[in-house]
Amino acid sequence: MELNDEKILGLREISNNIRESIVEMLLSAGSGHTAGPLGMADVFTILYFHILKHDPKNIEWEERDRVVLSNGHICPVLYATMAHAGYMPVSELNTLRRFGSRLQGHPHREFMPWLETSSGPLGEGLSQAVGMAIALRIDNKKNFTYCFLGDGELNEGQNWEAIMLAGKERLGKLIVFVDRNNIQIDGNTEDIMPLNSLTAKWTAFNWHVQEVDGHNFEMINDAVGKAHTVPEQPSVIICRTIPGKGVLEFEYDYHWHGKAPNKDEAKKALEELHTLGGKIKAEHH
Amino acid sequence: MLNKNLKLNEKMFDQDVEQIPIRQGFGEGLLEEGKHNKDIVALCADLTESTKMNLFAEAFPDRFVEIGIAEQNLASVASGMAAIGKLPVISSYAMFSPGRNWEQIRTTICYNDRPVIIAGSHAGISVGPDGGTHQAIEDIAITRVIPNMIVVSPCDSIEAKKAIQALLKIGKPAYIRLAREKTPIMTTLETPFELGQSQTLWKGENPEVAIIATGALVHKALVAAKKLEEIGISVSVTNLATIKPLDEESIITLAKESGAIVTVEEHQIAGGMGSAVAECLAQYAPVPVEFVGVRDLFGQSGTPDELIEYYGMGISHIMSAVKTVIERKK
Repeated sequence: MELNDEKILGLREISNNIRESIVEMLLSAGSGHTAGPLGMADVFTILYFHILKHDPKNIEWEERDRVVLSNGHICPVLYATMAHAGYMPVSELNTLRRFGSRLQGHPHREFMPWLETSSGPLGEGLSQAVGMAIALRIDNKKNFTYCFLGDGELNEGQNWEAIMLAGKERLGKLIVFVDRNNIQIDGNTEDIMPLNSLTAKWTAFNWHVQEVDGHNFEMINDAVGKAHTVPEQPSVIICRTIPGKGVLEFEYDYHWHGKAPNKDEAKKALEELHTLGGKIKAEHH
Repeated sequence: MLNKNLKLNEKMFDQDVEQIPIRQGFGEGLLEEGKHNKDIVALCADLTESTKMNLFAEAFPDRFVEIGIAEQNLASVASGMAAIGKLPVISSYAMFSPGRNWEQIRTTICYNDRPVIIAGSHAGISVGPDGGTHQAIEDIAITRVIPNMIVVSPCDSIEAKKAIQALLKIGKPAYIRLAREKTPIMTTLETPFELGQSQTLWKGENPEVAIIATGALVHKALVAAKKLEEIGISVSVTNLATIKPLDEESIITLAKESGAIVTVEEHQIAGGMGSAVAECLAQYAPVPVEFVGVRDLFGQSGTPDELIEYYGMGISHIMSAVKTVIERKK
């Protein structure tokens, strides 16, 4: 999947738009998670706008790759990315968390048939992605299955059950992105429940492990490219991200894990993102 | 007397009545359906032989996944396979699935409305010597409360075979409750079976009480009915194999005809099949109800018979409940 400077600028523009949408929808909802969605905007952008085999106009397409968002609480980035990709109108994003909205507080596929699964309760997504990869292999299909996990989410024991099974089954078409942003609700991950070293842990379970800067499109692209060529091992790409990325006031601060910006905070954040967006545009055109 | 239309096993009251574990029928039914439907896959958590899933696993190794001792993963991996179009059946002991993995079943199977069948073997107190940790007597309560879920509790091995085959044909989230011990065979291959349909196996003349039973205890209910008839008390015995969706129409009719109900199950009284019946009757046909089941206690080690007697689910207890409910009618 070739990536040139022109394409990278285009992706930067899209991810900045997605970040603006995230801030706007959280402001409109008055609750929800800010840090994770902003931090993962770049990984989602390159996945949906460069890597993924999908067709927003044909959601039942059998050849589509499967995507499982396990840490459902970062759904603002999923909704915003999918809206910008054409799955639903961008204008609908502001209905997040409202009664009657398709944009449930945590994703529910009954409301959004283009989601492969509902999610929210942590630790369950990887198991489902493993199930999908096994079922696709039984059918001799070539589809890839991608799964997003949070780092704090790895506290959940079920993940390690799934990691063991994927290693045992040698699921070469399963690719996991771990959002290594080092925060969870109560504080920094290494204070709440130390995870280091994730690389050593996943390697021990027979996974192909790569670590990347989760804001560097080239690195993410190269890592996924490499993961595609590993035939007999599932792949994990540990994405080092900055929680709240794109808005200085939100960056690195775990307090933004589970709260939404108020009017003033959102106004400032959007100004920052608009300025950044202007710069990217100027570079691009 | 026994309902002739149902072509039941006429030897069911004999001393040497044929006895087969309910889980055996499950294993055979799964194997049988697996031959016709290639979408069926099976997953187990290191209990393949005791849940009788080995029959399928040996015949179709490519469609069997050994998950290891990891019931939470078991439920969610199955959900993922269903998302691709498979019809997964998962098995373990009921205490661990749907016990340990209840939330995974709720979220990844039922909330997603994925057609996964959860087979909980070794349900009830009759598991025996393993003791209270392994005796699932809460499983009906925790499964029937989840939206989209079907709950089935067959009375014998033959019915279990029909039940798993029927469940695999409709493809919905479902729980099938299986027992470890050998259980007297009451039905025959000719006995009709339909999900959601209760069957009145025994009907005395103008019954004073309708007994509604589920699972292996249906046999004790039938023996109790026969003994009651000998002392001049006429009852009916209905096998409620599908606990959800509940056969409300039949239950209301039974209540109206007899004016009193006794429910019989190897489960906590709280939240079980009797509770489901009572919820229906309280709304549509309030009559006195007596519950035979476990009274808010944990089990312990012992033989199945010792435990059934100790926890008040034996033939004499069913007979006493009938007499009590008749008193309450007055």
